[in-house]
Amino acid sequence: MAVLARLESDTRAAARGWSDVTIRNLFIIPTIAFLIIFNIFPLIYSLAYSFTDFRASTNQPATFVGLQNYRELLGDPRIWSNLSVTAKYVIVSVAGQMLVGFGLAMLLNRSFPLKGLVTTLLLLPMMLSPAVVGLFWKLLYDPSWGVINYVLGLGKFSWLSNPDAALYAIAITDIWMWSPFVMLLSLAGLSAVPRHLYEAAAIDRAGPFYTFFRITLPLVAPILLIALIFRTMEAFKTFDIAYIMSTQLNTELVSKRLYKMAFQEWQTGLSSAMAYIVLIVVLAITNIYVKYLNRVKER
Amino acid sequence: MAAVSSPARKVYNKLAIVAVLVITLIFLSPIYWIASTAFKPRNLATTVPPTVFFDPDIAPFIKLFTKRVQMTKPVEPEVYETASWWEKRIYDGGERVLRTGDEVQLSQYPNRFVNSLIIAVTSTVLAVVMGTFTAYGFSRFRLKGEADLLFFILSTRMLPPIVVAIPMYLMYRAVGLNDTHIGLIILYTAFNLSFSVWLMKGFMDEIPKEYEEAALVDGYTRMQAFFKIVLPEATTGIAATAVFCFITAWNEYAFALILTNRRAQTAPPFIPAQIGSGLTDWTVIAAGTFLFLLPVAIFTFLLRNHLLRGVTFGAIRK
Repeated sequence: MAVLARLESDTRAAARGWSDVTIRNLFIIPTIAFLIIFNIFPLIYSLAYSFTDFRASTNQPATFVGLQNYRELLGDPRIWSNLSVTAKYVIVSVAGQMLVGFGLAMLLNRSFPLKGLVTTLLLLPMMLSPAVVGLFWKLLYDPSWGVINYVLGLGKFSWLSNPDAALYAIAITDIWMWSPFVMLLSLAGLSAVPRHLYEAAAIDRAGPFYTFFRITLPLVAPILLIALIFRTMEAFKTFDIAYIMSTQLNTELVSKRLYKMAFQEWQTGLSSAMAYIVLIVVLAITNIYVKYLNRVKER
Repeated sequence: MAAVSSPARKVYNKLAIVAVLVITLIFLSPIYWIASTAFKPRNLATTVPPTVFFDPDIAPFIKLFTKRVQMTKPVEPEVYETASWWEKRIYDGGERVLRTGDEVQLSQYPNRFVNSLIIAVTSTVLAVVMGTFTAYGFSRFRLKGEADLLFFILSTRMLPPIVVAIPMYLMYRAVGLNDTHIGLIILYTAFNLSFSVWLMKGFMDEIPKEYEEAALVDGYTRMQAFFKIVLPEATTGIAATAVFCFITAWNEYAFALILTNRRAQTAPPFIPAQIGSGLTDWTVIAAGTFLFLLPVAIFTFLLRNHLLRGVTFGAIRK
């Protein structure tokens, strides 16, 4: 019956108005075109510049230098230190978010009055502007009158101008901001674990550790993995909060270096080449992310 | 987990709830601190130990919106008497409001705030309208290489902003779009479009095809069915998508920092840039931050049931 109706409607609609193919193209092509013009075309543009010595601050025309920029970047120890700073930042901040976020979700995964309100309040940090969050954490971290030093009794400990502490201070802010994201995904995973598994475990007198490692964790793992990949990708790209909070060389993440190269030193060609290196890393992680996202979606 | 309720479990449950409440308070304390600083008299903003209890003061907001100078000598009593209530608050702080003629000179903040509003709203409308159509196209019609196209669309969202900003800066400079509203609107539309397509596709997939098919049988054209049947069904999805797009554009920093500096500058690059120009008045910065964060906080509450979908691009729903 449904098939019959569909066949009939297709032919009738085609006779009366635009065909489905026309509508499909009309609905999809403008978006694709728009995205190609404003996302892909600029990248082609900068790919071309990455093989030149162009500087946007001068009027000198660009000269082709071949792979020189890429060679220079890969041989520059400062870039390698940027990469290792970024790796350290990603590991500390994502690990922190996973622990705090999943821990919070475990605690929240029970019914109590005001649960909805508490959950929403906990999600607030991730919705705020990272630039502004970075700014007010700077106020909290202030060495002489900041609230953090007062509460923790650290005296005049300097966080953001201290080469050993600055990166961790930024990571703490990032953990504060993004643990709610992990929490949100974990909660969805936890609430999807079938009740009867826990009941069966209880009947078998399984201990809490056994229940956690044999039931909870394996079933939540796919969604945790999604949170992990997504946060890794985002942490790798971090710019706003790190740029605003500290100027320490020890906090020079790849994005910060890229910004300095492109818009303070005006090394347009070189920074385009660096942008390409970053781009390839991000696209690789995105690819993995989408694969897992589709896998979880199918379940 | 509460299926079996032994006494030990009950205690554990209570402890967990207490822990959640304590952690929630700790989590909210930075937001509380910035909000409370916005209502402090200037001399209480940076005290040691930090001031927790105080009489709320509206002066930071008055200062936020006006241009002021420090006065060298105290204000004359007759001038003070005739001044309006808000101007007295500024005299109380040893400053006076700048005027051109009789007009009070406004600070740059209202201008930046309005820029943020214009740019975020316009780009949201564009991204959601285009995204809704495209999502319907992907949801209802078969397409060769559909998965690849959808990945392409999503990947444009994942690009690091600085990577895109380098060529955009050069291109915008060439066509005169640097530091214009239109420039940022186009960029934010492109940025949000991919998100809006993915999220809307999830919502569209949930609307049963049978609704339109029934309409088609009743003599509607496909377009009529889309506008009269599908769109009304998708209202919640469209609203949630719009709010997400708005928040993203409202919060965006890197593009705004690079592509604007005066005329079209939005609030996120402006607010932090106020620091370091002389003695920083943190109460004014906190007031600006508070007003800027307020819409997002309200929207978060309105969106609470759609947050999960939003952050997973519509892939996971509850």
